[in-house]
Amino acid sequence: MTPLSRLPSLRSGGAVPRSAIPDLGWADFARVLHTAVAQGWRVAAYFGAAEGSAVRLHLVLADDDASELAVATTLIDGATFPSLAGDCAQVDLFEREIAEQHGLSPAGHPRPGPVRFSRTLDPRAASGATPPAPDAPGTQDFYTVAGEEVHEVGVGPVHAGVIEPGHFRFQCHGEEVFHLEISLGYQHRGVERALLGGPDRRTLAYVETAAGDTTIGHATAYCEVVEALARCRVPSRGAALRGLALELERLANHVGDLGALAGDVAFLPTASWCGRLRGDFLNLTAELCGSRFGRGLARPGGAAFDADGELAARMLDRLEAAAADCRSAIELLWDSASVMSRFERTGTVPREVAVELGLVGPAARASGLDRDARRDHANGIFRSHPIPVAAADSGDVHARAYVRWIEIQRSVDFARELLRALPHGAARDPVRDATPDRLAVSLVEGWRGEICHVALTDGDGRFARYKIVDPSFHNWSALAWAMRGQQISDFPLCNKSFNLSYCGHDL
Amino acid sequence: MIDLLRARRRQGRRTIAYPDGPPPDLPERFRGHPVIEGARCVEGCVECVTACPTAAIVREPELAVDLGRCLFCGECATACPSGALTYGRDPRLAARSREDLVVTEREQVRLARALDDKARRLFGRSLKLRQVSAGGCNACEAEINVLGTVVWDLGRFGIQIVASPRHADGLIITGPVTENMRLALRKTWEAVAPPKIVIAVGACAISGGPYVDHDEASNGADSVVPVDLYVPGCPPHPLTILDGLLRLLGRLEDEGGT
Repeated sequence: MTPLSRLPSLRSGGAVPRSAIPDLGWADFARVLHTAVAQGWRVAAYFGAAEGSAVRLHLVLADDDASELAVATTLIDGATFPSLAGDCAQVDLFEREIAEQHGLSPAGHPRPGPVRFSRTLDPRAASGATPPAPDAPGTQDFYTVAGEEVHEVGVGPVHAGVIEPGHFRFQCHGEEVFHLEISLGYQHRGVERALLGGPDRRTLAYVETAAGDTTIGHATAYCEVVEALARCRVPSRGAALRGLALELERLANHVGDLGALAGDVAFLPTASWCGRLRGDFLNLTAELCGSRFGRGLARPGGAAFDADGELAARMLDRLEAAAADCRSAIELLWDSASVMSRFERTGTVPREVAVELGLVGPAARASGLDRDARRDHANGIFRSHPIPVAAADSGDVHARAYVRWIEIQRSVDFARELLRALPHGAARDPVRDATPDRLAVSLVEGWRGEICHVALTDGDGRFARYKIVDPSFHNWSALAWAMRGQQISDFPLCNKSFNLSYCGHDL
Repeated sequence: MIDLLRARRRQGRRTIAYPDGPPPDLPERFRGHPVIEGARCVEGCVECVTACPTAAIVREPELAVDLGRCLFCGECATACPSGALTYGRDPRLAARSREDLVVTEREQVRLARALDDKARRLFGRSLKLRQVSAGGCNACEAEINVLGTVVWDLGRFGIQIVASPRHADGLIITGPVTENMRLALRKTWEAVAPPKIVIAVGACAISGGPYVDHDEASNGADSVVPVDLYVPGCPPHPLTILDGLLRLLGRLEDEGGT
């Protein structure tokens, strides 16, 4: 019997009793990871949760082909845990996070180091000592290339544009980048610590601002976890409204990104028009719930705002107008030689690297990976209204841009269909209290990629642990990889082609 | 090239006339300045106080909402059994001090008065700002960015986001000021040559927002640098930010509020 078959399986939006998750010894736990990855499964989440003076590691694996998830745990009762990152790059950053959040040391990790320069999540009762204050961010020993002709460029935390902070340390030879190391943590606000013991009156505010441009994505994942813990279903109309909002969020951000990419290569027509069009999609979301960013819309049990026939018709008209203007603005990109010469063969991430790093979202699809949580782990409205998955294979800036363009068109089709015929019934049903001693998982395809929320409830049904994995947590490594051998002047373009979240990573 | 020109004609001119014309329409469900009707309050009821995620509401001595803490989430209005507290659609919210943001039934937000004459001579027609995101969630940042796009066109007021504090007249700050950004924010502010101004955009930058009283954050920008303009919201609508900026520069005719 393979170690994988011992694990309880569940689907996205489902929950299992914590007692049903086998407590594996380390050897079996490691074997589970190796077997799963060898079979093409992905690491959706890998994190620790305090258990008395010990730490229980939780591994959530995703089998996209079977649309199933599997969970395994092991107990770490000392100050170190063995690193698996050498063989499995997908767990590299997760292990550094476990080390930082729980005051552990990842033995054998290829490049240990802080993730967020943050305090530990839980005081280590056994040691009795107060954990040391974290170092100042960006002060670690960076990977350095030696040589007389090598120079080092540091960018950030404060960047030239209106953008969140992060530090980028380049090792360069003339214009060519030998290596980029990315150091984040500047946006760390203590979200996961604050969610412990919840939900309470501030929980939704945390979830909605974890990555504030992905409010619907994270709020939907949270709602699905709460609904799984409460064992209740969302009415079809509520699920449809949430799905509509998720796609409007995708539309606003993809249109904005294409405009920004155009701006980075000085193609002002598309940059200028997409800047406006992004606002048109944000305003559609605001028609639905009063907030351009969808604050207050997704709530456990469904959607807190509804759209009657008249509102839906008005939204549909505006959607069609915006979509037509988008086509006019965006198709110019592919016909412009100056744009294409900047986009093509820049920042290439080959397919095998994307697989190894466990990339998600448009960046993964641009490198030829056929993965999208709306299809692979369909929940809510996506079960009845599937959206075809976009794909490209050159893995360069052009592919990441073009995948967004395909997704824009498909999201418009989806939104149009829903606005024409929203399912009947209530937008929201009441939700029971959370079941105690459960583990619940949800995967949502946010516009940057797969969002994963995992909640563990205690004996009172309160959150003993709440893990948020933003898609950026998987994908920042891709930007570092993509910049190798590139010209440093292409950095803004490469960065924008991924457009990752700093605060979604830092939490 | 022909396609480009055709597209240009199709896209047309989108810049709004405001402030020389009416402001753009806001959605019906937009949550702007709260509307308080104390006569409707139920004796002893504190539903709004309890529902508020950031403790922005007090009931004694009278019902008051601190717009600097308010997330405009509407949970208070939903919880209110008698409709005493609702959200209106007035987007004008920016003020010069924290105290001016506390509103009651009698007193709406005391809208920002303009900078003094000397500052207006310096900044009134040319205001260059360096943006610092000190833990912002990217929503306030996005709405600031949007002001630079064609519909709003901040550039027509001489207001511009610049790449370096050395080029700037001041800072426009978002985020609660995380511990990890305190030093960077302070250094950026010190790198701006005086005279300088500071604008705090969003609930986080004013009071910490959802992150109020977190060890990891600082309860807002004025814990690190002096602030000249506070723009409430989560995030504030671009119109709210623009209204605040124009008031600060003395470029809005109507005084609004009380």
